[in-house]
Amino acid sequence: MLETIWFAIWGVAWAVYFLLDGFDLGLGTLFPFIAKTESDKRIMVNAMGPFWDGNEVWLITAGGVTFAAFPTAYAVMFSSLYTPLMLLLFALILRGVAFEFRGKVDSAAWRKLWDCCLVFGSFLPAFLLGVAFANLFAGIPVDQDGVLHGNLLTLLNPYGLAGGVFFVTAFIHHGALWLAVKSEGELRERARKLAFKLWFVALVAAVAFLALTWIYTPLWQNLFTRPVFLALPALAVLGLVASPILSRLGKAWWAWGSSGLFIAMATLFGVAGVFPNIVGSSLDPAASVTAFNSASSTLTLEIMLGVVLAFLPVVIAYQAWVYVKFGGTINQESVDEGPSY
Amino acid sequence: MPQGTAKLTKKSQNAKPITRAPPSRKESIVDALILSRLQFAVTTYFHFLFVPLTLGLSFLVAIFETAYVRSRDEDWRKATKFFGKLFLINFAVGVVTGITLEFQFGTNWANYAKYVGDIFGSLLAVEATVAFFLESTFIAVWFFGWKKLTPKFHCVTIWIVAISSNISAFWILVANAWMQHPTGYVLRNGRAELSNFVDVVTQKFAILEFVHTVGGAWILGGFFVLGVSAWHIARKSHVSVFTKTFRVAAVWTLVFCVFEMFQGHLNAEILGSTQPTKLAAMESHWETSGDVPMYLLAWPDEQNEKNAFQALPIPGLMSFLVHYNPHGQVAGLKDVPRQDRPPVLPVYLSFRAMVGLGILLFWIAVWAFWKRDSIEKQTKLLKILPWMIPLPYLVNQLGWTVAELGRQPWIVYGLMRTEQGVSKIDAIQVATSLGAFFLVYALLGSVDFYLLWTYARKGPLPESHPTSTKA
Repeated sequence: MLETIWFAIWGVAWAVYFLLDGFDLGLGTLFPFIAKTESDKRIMVNAMGPFWDGNEVWLITAGGVTFAAFPTAYAVMFSSLYTPLMLLLFALILRGVAFEFRGKVDSAAWRKLWDCCLVFGSFLPAFLLGVAFANLFAGIPVDQDGVLHGNLLTLLNPYGLAGGVFFVTAFIHHGALWLAVKSEGELRERARKLAFKLWFVALVAAVAFLALTWIYTPLWQNLFTRPVFLALPALAVLGLVASPILSRLGKAWWAWGSSGLFIAMATLFGVAGVFPNIVGSSLDPAASVTAFNSASSTLTLEIMLGVVLAFLPVVIAYQAWVYVKFGGTINQESVDEGPSY
Repeated sequence: MPQGTAKLTKKSQNAKPITRAPPSRKESIVDALILSRLQFAVTTYFHFLFVPLTLGLSFLVAIFETAYVRSRDEDWRKATKFFGKLFLINFAVGVVTGITLEFQFGTNWANYAKYVGDIFGSLLAVEATVAFFLESTFIAVWFFGWKKLTPKFHCVTIWIVAISSNISAFWILVANAWMQHPTGYVLRNGRAELSNFVDVVTQKFAILEFVHTVGGAWILGGFFVLGVSAWHIARKSHVSVFTKTFRVAAVWTLVFCVFEMFQGHLNAEILGSTQPTKLAAMESHWETSGDVPMYLLAWPDEQNEKNAFQALPIPGLMSFLVHYNPHGQVAGLKDVPRQDRPPVLPVYLSFRAMVGLGILLFWIAVWAFWKRDSIEKQTKLLKILPWMIPLPYLVNQLGWTVAELGRQPWIVYGLMRTEQGVSKIDAIQVATSLGAFFLVYALLGSVDFYLLWTYARKGPLPESHPTSTKA
């Protein structure tokens, strides 16, 4: 039972991470495609400014939850995904400093360098996380000792690539909607229009991914044995369908939230479908790392449950407060007056 | 205890099919081991170039802002913004390079992660949940909130940042202390499982390691403010701002230098009972005996298990420091077989250098404290202090060298050897990532220190964005 609860917490941590960091990874990826002037760029950077760092801690937490609750899964997952994780790490490092560095020296070449880091460092994590999760859904060639028989190219199989594309499209759509929340005037219109276009792209990618999921993974079959969880893909569809309607009604926040619902529920769909596997083995089902054969001791799971139940609601409360407090629109003037990146 | 070496050898026989021409499986594990150790060393040293300033300067900025809120004196506001900007430039690199360390336990040290995750993993998860969220969320609130929050509440947010980053350090250091002195566990199911959480968190080793590490970081923060303030005072730039920050930092630095020396001694003393081999390596002490003197000068000869050279003994001092009794018995390196000893020379030298430079810093702190009210006239001190900024950085790194290299050959002291902890991964992967770390970190380090250098010399700026001044 404790293992199952922890599996759920594990899934929720990833879902929240994708829902939150999804928009700033997406907006970072869109950077060169929306911004026309330096002022646009500054607005986009500052639209993510107060949030991206707090969002990224959800990644650390999702990693920490894996390590604490399922140490063997952490070991197998991280060592077998060595190269993609290192790429993810470098991307996130360069992206993180880009926020702080880009405005610090008044030179176009300097800004261009860090803009590149921001774009590359936003796109790559979105793509790699999609590839990684698709592969976890389908199972990867790990043996009894948790050693991967393959390399990065093994992971870049058609389904893995589809996962990468799915994440990127979902995130850039989410990011464009966030810019529509935060910006004003002509930039906001551009962001809104782009979001409509990206919605079709995201829709195609989502349908394709879900169809491929049917072929490559046992996710759907697993869910049909526990039909209550079919609510998750239903909610994901609802979120995706509602988002452009809400956007057309001028409800920017709701449209963005609706897209967040889509991302979170799509993640939970995968997580629920793959249960109890964390790292499924495509070589030998018996070599799969599950919530049950990789869990920590009962005492650790209990203590950590106490910690999570006591603190995560507080975290969610103050992060929500930050979104409210800093959720207002920004424009060239407010960015120039500062404080801003 | 895992039968690591035997296990790894056995696994090496059923090697996996690898496409590129591989060395034998065992060799590649050995390479992956050396490269993974090197990679962890490089990434940790680099990370800890930025962490201590975050831990120390956050409190000083919080003090400056508190002074501003209380006095409404513009000087304090300028000081807060100025040092706050330097804080953020430093923070950016500190925060992104921390993720590397968490990831590596899984990528490069998978067997370690499996063996200790029950305890070690949970401590990292607590750190993220309890402290890191607060720190990362409120640093942004502080930076972006100058106009959106009331001055008092704004000031509270920097205190939240300062306290939460130090709490974050607490949990990380509890985790490290567990590797140094495992406690509160049972060996079950082929791994170390938690048996007493309170023991793990409150063990004396952890508390001492925490106060020693943050003490060192707070001193570094103090010297940073002293050095930067002195540089400006010497150039008659914003003298009224920087004499104020100087006075605060002078008191702060001396207080924690004194504090560091006392509990630094306690940190060494506890090694007598918890990590006697590390202590022996720190002092290059070979034969177990009583009445152990401390040699002011010595040079270890590891080949022949003795000191090649030793001079200027202070009779009974080492015995006294460990037992408060000049006749007490102190274990020597020869108590344990060669393969269970850390490399003596680097541990010994790092310890000596740390203590020596620490004492030097203490005297400089005394000097700065003594002259703090007439600092504008102290031309010599003003000249020296900026040059002192690198020293506490070095001392912090030396301290970690003693702690981590001195723990070898164990990854968890007495429980798991370092070579047992490594992942079964291709050396080529590790070599590639290590190369990339060198490259990327060299770039980041240069850029960050360049920015710190530039912004520190600019002094308090008018409050607009650097790129918008031309608009």
